[in-house]
Amino acid sequence: MSFITKGLTGLRDWVDDRFPLMTLWNDHMGAYYAPKNFNFWYYFGVLSLVVLVIQIVTGIWLVMNYKPDATLAFASVEYIMRDVNWGWLIRYMHSTGASFFFIVVYMHMFRGLLYGSFKQPRELIWILGMFIYLSLMAEAFFGYLLPWGQMSFWGAQVITSLFGAVPVVGEQLAELIRGDYVISDITLNRFFSFHVIALPFAIAGLVVLHIIALHEVGSNNPDGVEIKKLKDKDGKPLDGIPFHPYYTVKDSVGVVVFLMFFASVVFFAPEMGGYFLEANNFIPADPMKTPLHIAPVWYFTPFYSILRANTYPFFGVDAKLWGVIFMGLGTMVFFLLPWLDRSPVKSIRYRGGIYKSALAIFVVAFVVLGYLGILPPTPGRTLTAQIFTVVYFLFFALMPLYTKWDKTKPVPERVTH
Amino acid sequence: MKTFIFALCLMGCAGLVSANEGGPVLLESHANLDSKINLQRGARTFVNYCLSCHSASYMRYSRLIDDLGLTKEVVEKNLMFTTDKIGDPMQVAMKPVDAEAWFGVPPPDLSVIARARGADWLYSFLLGFYKDEKRPTGVNNLYFPTTAMPAVLSRLQGVQVLKTAAEGEAAHGEGHAGHSGPTLELAMPGTQSPEEYAATVRDLVSFMVYLGEPAKLVRYKIGFWVLAFLFVLFISTYLLKKEYWKDVH
Repeated sequence: MSFITKGLTGLRDWVDDRFPLMTLWNDHMGAYYAPKNFNFWYYFGVLSLVVLVIQIVTGIWLVMNYKPDATLAFASVEYIMRDVNWGWLIRYMHSTGASFFFIVVYMHMFRGLLYGSFKQPRELIWILGMFIYLSLMAEAFFGYLLPWGQMSFWGAQVITSLFGAVPVVGEQLAELIRGDYVISDITLNRFFSFHVIALPFAIAGLVVLHIIALHEVGSNNPDGVEIKKLKDKDGKPLDGIPFHPYYTVKDSVGVVVFLMFFASVVFFAPEMGGYFLEANNFIPADPMKTPLHIAPVWYFTPFYSILRANTYPFFGVDAKLWGVIFMGLGTMVFFLLPWLDRSPVKSIRYRGGIYKSALAIFVVAFVVLGYLGILPPTPGRTLTAQIFTVVYFLFFALMPLYTKWDKTKPVPERVTH
Repeated sequence: MKTFIFALCLMGCAGLVSANEGGPVLLESHANLDSKINLQRGARTFVNYCLSCHSASYMRYSRLIDDLGLTKEVVEKNLMFTTDKIGDPMQVAMKPVDAEAWFGVPPPDLSVIARARGADWLYSFLLGFYKDEKRPTGVNNLYFPTTAMPAVLSRLQGVQVLKTAAEGEAAHGEGHAGHSGPTLELAMPGTQSPEEYAATVRDLVSFMVYLGEPAKLVRYKIGFWVLAFLFVLFISTYLLKKEYWKDVH
C-alpha cells in the first residue's frame, strides 16, 4: 500500500515541478472557499456542466454513425436507433440532454435574478454566462437540423429566412448562412460543422472563462453577502468552506437526483409528449411540403412568441423586421442587467416588494410567451402575446427606476441560512 | 417563397390546423407491446397486406427473430417475401415511379409512421374506409379524407358506408345525442367480424408501434434498473454528504 502511495505522490510531485498542478487544484477545488449556505438553486451551475459533458460524450458517439448528407441523414439516425448497439440510448441521451441543458441553464439564470449574482463585482461572470447562453442557442439550432425531419427542415427555413428581414443585405445574408436559396445539403453540411466543431469549442472555452472569473471574485450566495469581507486569523473566509470536499460531496447528491430525472425521461418518455422530440420530425424533410404548423422546440418559444407578436409596421418599418429586432433584443437585454439593477442589495431576501413582484410578473410573462409559442396563433393569442411582450420588456426598461424606489431591508454581516 | 413561409408561420395557419385537428375524434387503439403473439400476428398482417406497396426500409428482417420470439426458419418462410437474405431491410418490390403513376403519390415508408402519426391515428385510419364512387380507388376515409390508399383490408373488414349525422341518429335512435358527425356502417361483411377485424388492426398497429421504435421493447426494463441503481447511489451519496457536513454549522 505505502509503495503505491509513494509512487503516486512521487508522480504528483514530478508533474507539479513541471506544471502548476497543486496550484490549480487548490485555486479551484481544495482551497477555493465557497459560502456555506448554498441552497437548491446553487446546484444548477454544476448540473449545466454535467449536461455539457453528457452532450459532448454522446455527441462523439453519435457522429461515429451519423451521415451529414441530405439523402442519408434521416436514415442514418434511424440506423443509430436500430442497428447500432445501444444507439437508441445514446441518441435519446443526446436529444433529452438538449432540452435538459436549457432547463438547467434557465434555472441557473433565474438563480442570478433571485440573488443578484450579476451585480458588482460579478458583471463579467454574467456577461460570459450570457455568451454561453447565446452559443447554446446557436448550438441547439444547428443541431436540430441534423435529423433532417420535416421540423428540422422547416424550422431552419423559417429561422434563416428571418435574416431576410434585415434591410438591404437581408436576402444575401440569409443566402450566406444557408449557402443556398433554400435549406439544402450545403446547409446541412455547414450546420453539422458548426454543431460538432465550432460551437462546442466556443462553449467549452467560455465555460472555462466563466469559472475562472467566478473563482477570481468568489461565489455569491442566497444572502448576497461577500464572504471575503470577514476572515479568520488564517485569512480564510469565516462563512466559507473549501469547495472540496464539502461541495463535491454535496453536488454529487444533486447530480444523482438530476440523473434520476434525466433517466426517467430517457427511458420512459424520450419524446416527452412531443416537446422534446416532435412527431413531425419523424417524417423525412420534404422541401415540397410545408407542415401546417411550424413550431420551434420549447426552449425557443418565448422568443418565437415575441417575434410573432410584432404585427404592426410602426414608423413604416416592416412588422417582420420589428419582430426580428425585438426577438434579438429579448435575448440580448439580459446583458444589461448588471447596469439596469440599481438596488443597493443583491439578494431577494433583502429586497422590497416591488422587485419581488416585478420578478414574479416577469416569470409569468416568460412562461406564458413560451406556452403561446408552442400553439398556432389566433387573434386572441396574438393579443395576449403582445401584452406579455410589453410586460417582458417593461421588466428591464423600468428596472433602473423600481430597483431604486424599492424599500430594502438591512443586509446582515454574516450569512444566515 | 420565403415571404410565403414567413406569412404562414407568422399570421398563422390557425384555420388550416383546426381543419386538421377538427376532424372526427380518433378511436383508441389500445396498442401495446406486451404480447409477443399479438406482435407476431401484427407482423403477419403487415407483411401480407402493407409490405406489397409500402416499405419499412429501416427495419431488418433478422431483427424479428429475437424481438418477436421467432425462429430464423419461421421468419424466412412466413414473413420474408421481398428478399432471401435475412439481414436485408424490409424493402418493397414496387418502383417509386410506378407507385406514383398508380396512386398519385408514392406510398410512404412505414418504418417510423407510428411515431409521426400516432397509434390511434393509424388504428382509426385502418377502420375508417368507406365506399365512395367519386374516388378513383372507390373508397374514401373518415379520418384521412381523399386518401390515395385503396381499402387494402376490405376483404377482412367488408365494405362500410358513410351515414351523415342525421341518418346515424335516426338509425341508432336516442342515446346518441352526444355523438355528432358522420358515422360508418358495415354494408357488406368481410371474412372477419367487426370485433375480429378490430383485433387484427390492433395487433397490426401494435406491430407498427414496435416497428417505429424496436428499442421500446427493452427500454422500460432497462430504465427500471437504471433508476434502481441511481436510488442506491443517491442513498450512499446522501449519507456521505451528511458525514462530511457534520462539522459545518
